[in-house]
Order: sequence, then structure tokens, then C-alpha cells
Amino acid sequence: MTKTLDTFVVGQQGVVKIVNGERKIKRRLFDMGITPGAHIMVRKLAPLGDPMEITIRGYELTLRKVEAAFVTMEVTK
Amino acid sequence: MMKFALAGNPNSGKTTLFNGLTGATAHVGNWPGVTVDKREGLYKKCAEPISIVDLPGIYSLSPYTPEEVIARNFVLEENPDCVINIVDATNLERNLYLTTQLMEIDVPMVIALNMIDVVDKSGDRINEKELEQRLGLPVIRVSALKGEGLQELMERAYQASKQKRNGVTVLEDSALKHLISDITIALDGQNVQNPLFHAIKLIEQDELEVEMHKETVKMVEAFKKTFTDELFGNDFEALIADGRYKYITNNFSVVMQHKNPDRFRLTKSDRIDKALTHRIWGIPIFLGILFFIFHLTFSEDLFFLGSIFGLPELPEAWYTPEGDPINFWVLLLSCFYNGGVFSPGCIINNLWNEIIVGIPFGALQGLVEESGMQSWAIGLINNGIIDGLCGVLSFLPWILTLFCLFSILEDSGYMARVAFILDRLFRKFGLSGRAFMPMIMGFGCSVPAMINTRTLADDKERTATVRVIPFFSCGAKLPILTAIAGGIVAAYGVGNADIITYSMYVLGIVTAVISVLAMRSTTLKGETPPFIMELPAYHPPRFKSLILLLWDKAKHFIKKAFTIILASTIIIWVLTHFDFSWKLLEDDQINQSILAQLGMLFQPLFTPMGFGSQLGQFGWVFVVAAVTGLIAKENVIATFSTLAACLMAVSGLDFGNLAINAEDGIDAVRAMIQATGITVPALLSFIAFNMTTIPCFAAVATAKSELINKKTYNLTLLFWVVTSYIVGAVVYTVGSWWWTAFIWALVAALAVVVIKLYNLRRNS
Repeated sequence: MTKTLDTFVVGQQGVVKIVNGERKIKRRLFDMGITPGAHIMVRKLAPLGDPMEITIRGYELTLRKVEAAFVTMEVTK
Repeated sequence: MMKFALAGNPNSGKTTLFNGLTGATAHVGNWPGVTVDKREGLYKKCAEPISIVDLPGIYSLSPYTPEEVIARNFVLEENPDCVINIVDATNLERNLYLTTQLMEIDVPMVIALNMIDVVDKSGDRINEKELEQRLGLPVIRVSALKGEGLQELMERAYQASKQKRNGVTVLEDSALKHLISDITIALDGQNVQNPLFHAIKLIEQDELEVEMHKETVKMVEAFKKTFTDELFGNDFEALIADGRYKYITNNFSVVMQHKNPDRFRLTKSDRIDKALTHRIWGIPIFLGILFFIFHLTFSEDLFFLGSIFGLPELPEAWYTPEGDPINFWVLLLSCFYNGGVFSPGCIINNLWNEIIVGIPFGALQGLVEESGMQSWAIGLINNGIIDGLCGVLSFLPWILTLFCLFSILEDSGYMARVAFILDRLFRKFGLSGRAFMPMIMGFGCSVPAMINTRTLADDKERTATVRVIPFFSCGAKLPILTAIAGGIVAAYGVGNADIITYSMYVLGIVTAVISVLAMRSTTLKGETPPFIMELPAYHPPRFKSLILLLWDKAKHFIKKAFTIILASTIIIWVLTHFDFSWKLLEDDQINQSILAQLGMLFQPLFTPMGFGSQLGQFGWVFVVAAVTGLIAKENVIATFSTLAACLMAVSGLDFGNLAINAEDGIDAVRAMIQATGITVPALLSFIAFNMTTIPCFAAVATAKSELINKKTYNLTLLFWVVTSYIVGAVVYTVGSWWWTAFIWALVAALAVVVIKLYNLRRNS
């Protein structure tokens, strides 16, 4: 099943399929390691519901839901 | 001299390594992006002295953030003899991404595998020999924090610097191989330096490169037409980033062995994080920590022990009728306790002011008094110089305490979480959670805070942030707050000094929020910048680096007190004791002085804020104090101390020896209140004005260099003047006549409607 990263619930895991978005944001996502094939787990949401914290390539990254919406994922767990 | 550059990811320990190598005391924090400008130091333990340049931390060599551009231009244009790429071993995968880019430049390079001790301790294994072989670059295990492996690192770097190295790329195995080599050969033919690096950047359509090689771009485009990828189409930037990570992933598993193979294992840091950024408790915990910091710094009733247990005050018999302690031991005790245990901040402050500074300077003044010098000389030394200096030195303890507590939060990694918690809120104002860091740093000092705005990617967000940083009342503005708040309590017997101080801080924050909202919906409109940020692992604060940092800060401060501030207090004294014909004046002739005459000229301008014409003949003192604050905010209270001595002579009041009873300028403020009859709202307005107006020299100069152009800078100065005028006027009028609040509300509502209508019209 594929869906975008912003719709993941806490604890859900997946593999990055496609990264979209405007050039600058997309580059930033790539630079931080969100590239096709990377495994991601959603750790938690901030107290106000946004941004989200994910574990990727062994470290913690935070990004907003609007930015996470550019990342299409294959759900693994 | 040889020059080595330190390059690496933010928060990979570059600055710690830099300090370890050069013995410097640069500020280290557990927050990505603490070093935002490059810094130089000297390493002396090699065959020849080596200059070490600490570059800002970067994730990539993209052209999108200023610090990436600084780092990239340095390596490309300044031709360092060697690049030391510092890699965080606990986060190897992402750190190597930058390595794959740096190694494409034709420069000798070594890799410092930092925090390797942490990896060893966790039971994971990194095979650095294997890594060295695969990358073709020397890899050295180091622990910057413990100072291990630094000698070997520098020796290997020194050896490497003796040999020329040509750039290599890890994209050799990718589909882009031929495209890259074709363009590299073409660029090499044009005698371009670092052809491989530029070739890859051109394929990425990097903005800076396209600008530099306009001619070659056409050729690159022609080459690119022959190529498409099924997954990425012709998005070459994506294709290259993907190629780099593919290389890393493929080679990574051989190099790194995890004790716990679960990809998403929970570390200790994760467990701490779970509590501190909890969905429900996250925000209360944050507010609690903020309150606790201020409580530890300013409270005279630590943990409310005094109120809870009804602890008694020190017996009256221990004081003379004038209210002075009868002996040294009472004085010492009263530094720690009086009806409640004092907070650490207060204790240090009392010890410093009553004993360390108060006693020797008081004795010095006594000596001067009896020296038989001319009375004007005694006046200059005692009231001009010593009172002024004491006024300034008196708040060093509070600055350091506050600075220390914020540094601990930053060093532990909690600050980054605060940005995470607050981002949603900041977005409402058109900023990202990242803007929180420079703003909170503003509570310490505006200068580093403004420099730190470089971590913000968007120019408009940076401008807005730089403009509101001074509203986060800095350490130097603190004495204005405490002295006036203390003066109000002492003179009018109303309110509570803590509450006044606290609400003034809040007023500054509210002003900042409103200003940002106003700017982001008018002159600085733009998309909300993205918020994609690393959350560093928590670690206990490092005692040594904290002490070094505080020592550095104290040194800097004392130097400033004895140079620029001392000079200005002397000038103010001279200007208050001479008239325009340079005739020496007695203390009670102060109104004929040069300063008074000038002050009176401008006094009417300040009337709407309550400290102008309505204060009568001595009202100019507030005007003068505010103006001297433009040099350094410490001057405001120093000026008060200098002027108060004269005012007391005129008005026949006596608050005793100002230096001994200085108590942070409170008595000076009392003297000013008595002489001018200034009201409480006008005093609050004076604080508000000083807090929001043009900051000190140093901050203005920093703002000038951080803002993108001269026009923005001029507008920023205008913005500060206008804002402070409005805020001062609002505080004064509403405080004096409560119903004026409705008029201001109406004006604000009108402004909002006008802006909304204007924006609607422009959009349609």
C-alpha cells in the first residue's frame, strides 16, 4: 500500500518511493537522507499536532506535515 | 602558513574539535548551526604552525543556504592545504553524504571519525580500515570531546597535504558516469579548476554554477538531452542525490555493525525525548523550565520556601538605625537569606555587589574623599567614574547566571526540541520554529543572536527575525528593568519588582510577535519557510566548555565596562559639569550644563511617552540616559548613577553613598523619581522604550552586516525608532488613563482592516 508520509500514524514504518515538491524543498529532503529506498518510522507528533518527528538513516529528523506530503511511501508496518 | 579547513555536518563536533586543536573557547552548543561564520585558530604541535579554519556546519554543498555557500566558497576559492572532514560516527550514513560531495573537489582530504568512543560504548562496531579503503581517504578515529586521536589526525592531515589529490566521485557506478566524465573533460579543457566538482554541479543545474559557466551550460544541456532515467525523468538533482545515498547504503553495511540490528531501536536519548516532547506534557514542561530558569536567576524566595514555611526576616537588632548591617557576618548572611532563601542568581549577585565590588570600591571612594584633592576631582572620580563603573559591574552576575542556564539547555539538546514543540505556533506568525533559537539567544545578547539568523534559509524571515531580536530583552537591558522596577517599589511602595520585570519581558515578546505579524503581512510577505531539521541526541551538558564560555563572556563584559562604558561615563560627567563656555559647574548648577541644555532641546519629543516636557526642569535626564543607551545599554543605568549624584545635590535629597548602596542603581532611580516626579506609567514607558528602540552600537553594526542591503538596514533603524515610540506611548497613555486602551484598540483594528483590504485587492 502506498500513501504520503504526512498520513502515517505514530509508530508506522515505510520505505520512500517518490519525493516530489518544489526544487528547493525537494533538495533539502534529499540532503537530509529522504531518498527512494530509505526506511522511515514516524516517532511522534509535536504537542500541537505538527510537525512530525521521524527516524531515518539512524537519526531523528523533524519536518512539517506539508513537507511530509511530498514524500510518497510504501507502508511496511 | 599552511591552512586546514574543518568541514562537516552541523552538530558533528566541529567546534569542539576546533577548540581542542587551537585551545580556543568558541561557543559550542548541541543545536545544528551554532557556528554560522568561519573562524580561524592556530595549531602549533605539528612540524610547522597550521592555521585551522572552522567552517559552518552543512549537510550538503547545495546553493540554498548562506552557510553552505560560505563553506563551499572557502574550499573552492581559498585553496586550503587540506580539508578535515569531520564525520559523526554515531550518525555515519547521513554524514557521509557530505563526504561524497567534498571528495569531488581537488583538495587533499582526511576524515575524522568523531565520537567514536560513543559508538564503541554502545557496542556497535565501525571498521575504519574498510571505510578508508572504500573511500580512498585516510580515516582517523577521534574523540574531540576527550581530546583523543587529535595528534594522529593532524599528522595524517599534514602528510596528506603534501600530496596533490584529484577529485573522485562515488557516482562512478551510476548511470550518470558517462555524462559526468564527458563534461569533466570539457571543463578541464577550458582550464577550469576542480572540473569534476563543477561538472556535477552543472548537471544539477546549481544556480551559482549556471551563473559562472554560462557558455558551458548550453553544452551540458545538449549532453543531458541524450539521457533519461525511468525513475527520475530528467530531474538530475534528484538523480545525483539518490546516487550518493545508494553508494553509501551499498557500502555501509560492510563498514558498520550494529549490536542491535533493529533499524528503529530506541536509545536512551529517545526515551528522554519521549517525556520532554510529550503530546500533552511537552508544552507545560517547556513553560515550567522557562519559569524555573527565571526563578533560579531572580527569585528572592527560592522554591517559595519562605512563603510556605513563613520563615522570619533577619532580626532588626542586627542592623543599625540607618538600615546597614552591624557587622560583616550579618552582611554575609543577608546575601543568602532574608525571610526566604535566595536563588543562586541572587546569592551571586549579592555577594558580588555587597562584598566583592561594594567593599573595595566603597573604601576607594572613602580614600578619595579624604585625599584633599580639589572638589571637582573628587566628584569626577567618585561620582563620575566609580559610581558609573559600579553601576555597570553590578549586573554581571545576573547576565552570567542567565547565560549559563540557557547554555545548559542548548548544550543538552533541548533547545532543538523547543523549536519542534513551538513550530506550529511560530508558523502562525509566518516564521519557522528555527527562528526560536536566535530569538531566545536575544535574551543573552543580540549580537550572536543576529549572527545566528544565518541558519534561516529565507531572506525575508531573516530580516523579520533580526528586527525583532532586540525586543527579547538582552542581559545589558536587564539592569534597566531591575533598577527601575526596584525604584518603583521603593518610591511608590506599589507592586512587586519581580512581577514588573517579568511583565516587561512579556511586553517585549508581545511586541515582537505583533511586529512579525505586521511585517509578514505587509513589507516582508512570503511563503512560510520550510522546517526540516535534525534533532540531535541528548547528552549531559559539558562542564568544562560551559566554564570556558562563561569565563569568556565575563572577560568580554569587564573589558567593555572598563573601555567604552568607562569612557562614556567620563564624557557624561564632563558634559554635566561644564556649560557651553566651559566653566566648571557645581553639582547643583546641573541645569546649566551642556548635557542639560541639549537634553532640554529634545525633551518635548518624548512627551507622548511620559518622560518629556511634563517632567519639568530635570526631565531631560531620562532623555539623556536613553540616548547614551545607544552606545551600550549598560550606559542607561550608569548615566542614572552619574546624574543622580548631581540631582541629589540640587534637590537636597540624600540617599547616602551611591556606590556602596548602589544596589543596582535602584537608589539612583529613586533620586530621579524624587527630582522629576515621574509617574509609574512613564517609568514603565521608559523601560519599554529602551527595550524596543535602536539597540546598542554593537548590535546595530551586526544588523548592518547581516541584513541583505543598505535599504533594508535603513528601514530597520526606522522600524526600531517607530516601534519604540508607539510602544512607549501605548504603555504611558494606557497606564495613565485606562480608557485610552479603547482608542489604541480602535487604531489597531483599523490598521488590520486596511492591511487586509489592501492584501485582498492586490491578490485579486
